Amino acid sequence: MSTWSRNRNGRAGKAGDASVAAALAVAATGLLVGGLALAFFWAPEDADQGFSQKIFYIHVPIALTAYACFIVGAWKALRLLGTRDRRYDLESYTAIHMGVIFGLLTLVTGSIWAKVSWGQWWTWGERQLVLFLILFLFYSSYFMLRYSTDPGPRRERNSAVYALFGVVLIPVSFLAVRIAGTILHPTIFTHKGANLPGTMLVSVAVCFAGMLTLAATLYRVELAGKRIDASLRELRELLA
Amino acid sequence: MSGYAADVAALARKDLLLELRSRETLPAMLLFVVSALTVFHFALPAGSSARAETGLLWIAIVFTALLGLGRAFAAEREQGALDGLVLAPCDRSAIWLGKTLGVTAFLVLAELVALPAFALFFHSLSWELVAAVALADVGIAAIGTLLAAMAAASRARELLLPLMFLPLVIPVVIGGVGASVAANPGSFLAFLGLYDAVFAILCWASFEYVVTE
Amino acid sequence: MIRARELSKRFGDKRVLDGLDLEVPRGGFVLVTGPNGSGKTTLLRLCAGLAAPTGGELGVQAPRAAIGFLGHEALLYRELTALENLDLYGRLYRLPERRERSGAMLERFGLWRVRNERAGTFSRGMLQRLALCRTFLHDPDLLLLDEPFDGLDAEGTDLLHQELAERAGCTALVATHDPGSLETRATARLALV
Repeated sequence: MSTWSRNRNGRAGKAGDASVAAALAVAATGLLVGGLALAFFWAPEDADQGFSQKIFYIHVPIALTAYACFIVGAWKALRLLGTRDRRYDLESYTAIHMGVIFGLLTLVTGSIWAKVSWGQWWTWGERQLVLFLILFLFYSSYFMLRYSTDPGPRRERNSAVYALFGVVLIPVSFLAVRIAGTILHPTIFTHKGANLPGTMLVSVAVCFAGMLTLAATLYRVELAGKRIDASLRELRELLA
Repeated sequence: MSGYAADVAALARKDLLLELRSRETLPAMLLFVVSALTVFHFALPAGSSARAETGLLWIAIVFTALLGLGRAFAAEREQGALDGLVLAPCDRSAIWLGKTLGVTAFLVLAELVALPAFALFFHSLSWELVAAVALADVGIAAIGTLLAAMAAASRARELLLPLMFLPLVIPVVIGGVGASVAANPGSFLAFLGLYDAVFAILCWASFEYVVTE
Repeated sequence: MIRARELSKRFGDKRVLDGLDLEVPRGGFVLVTGPNGSGKTTLLRLCAGLAAPTGGELGVQAPRAAIGFLGHEALLYRELTALENLDLYGRLYRLPERRERSGAMLERFGLWRVRNERAGTFSRGMLQRLALCRTFLHDPDLLLLDEPFDGLDAEGTDLLHQELAERAGCTALVATHDPGSLETRATARLALV
């Protein structure tokens, strides 16, 4: 039994990357502006909550985008563990970074919504918010893990395994918060979910597409920046 | 006994033997949990509900577990013995399983003192609470062992382990407290079982990647 | 048995091994020399599989069960006795007659009389001998030894030479800053800078 290992590092970036990022940025702007316009001018006002419900069109797409980022991060982590190709480490890290940013925005927009709807900045009865708090704490620890471990294969693999734990934690925590709601912390608000009228659904979908595109744009920009940093570091060290 | 089971048995036996000789971790856990319960008594103003007290028991268990987990790989760190285990031809997941069995045993032993102490200080226990504690021990030991190995690679392992551990253990606390106080503990106990199964499998499969490069 | 091409290992920003080419045929005995920090330990850990390269390729044609690794640390448990330590490794390496082999190993390195003493009570030299017992216990084909003579007294040194002589057919990669005594055994020499 023999072991062979080959190592490839990420390339800094091809010429076509800039135009892809620009195209994504344009698409993101278009989708977001369009989606918000639909949300504010086309979709009807909510019977119970009135105008304040419009935050829903920002809050839910941001939350769903955060989930998407965490899932992408876990997928890249799985690829790292499977192929040992080290460029997946930066990709996983960047995706999770995006997820945390959007997660923080979820908490903020959710908090604003809670204040506007029920007069409190925080409520334990709002399941999404509680779930995001748990995930936010978890992924913040991801960054602590990265900062306090020396760069190298060890840090990459530990981060990857932790990212996989995160994506498993999402449904488990969802279930936990749900059953907690029946006894411990009564849920006071439930989303309409799939019973949304068609106009609302379309508006949310467009906003969601816009948020995803925005996340993709930021992801590519940040990833390119990180790759350049890494290449610079290698160059500096080669010349030293 | 099959090769894998023999490896796990050898490793678990080694951990129990080490603790028997050094007698460092378990006495500390026992003392810590009783001290914590005493602190909780003073932290609860008069007239606090039995449910609040039960909640605090779960906090005591989580932090006692953290105390023990911080020491989980201490013997391996002393002379680099973890390298020796990783070099051996056995499956790396066997290292995790053997260590987890050891940690579970320590938790159970600590609770053999903690639960009677709780009954003495606060109020009597239900069978559902004991069952929930038993289920929770498995999940806590499983993820704790893997996270302890992860933290061992970092520069700030005493800080990192609690930070990584606490968000992951929130569902366990929800399940445990729910099973202890709810009218129908069945669903909470089932949830704890699900948590244990899911995370034990995940830990078992991914330990290899945590201890090798 | 070992083949390395453009092997590199970096720790953070520090490059410890850079573009190393190495070929160790079966039965070869390679002495690795070099000053502190030149990467001798790193090279041995890479070959043992305890570390992964950050650049280049490395192939080691030996399963884990056939590798005997001696590092700077003893890889032992302080609270277990000498026999118990070897028994554990005997179990993990699935050795038949592990009791007998552990006993024989301890005798060969002059540790029989302390077989039931905890490793934590051993002196530096005794610990090194016990580590050598652990290294050779499973009759490995590939020896990766990092400063094997460190801490050994004259008697221990002789015992190690004896052991190496008996295992002349093994492939070996030995890091040492005192190559003198091993010169006759070496088939090649690798000097790291």
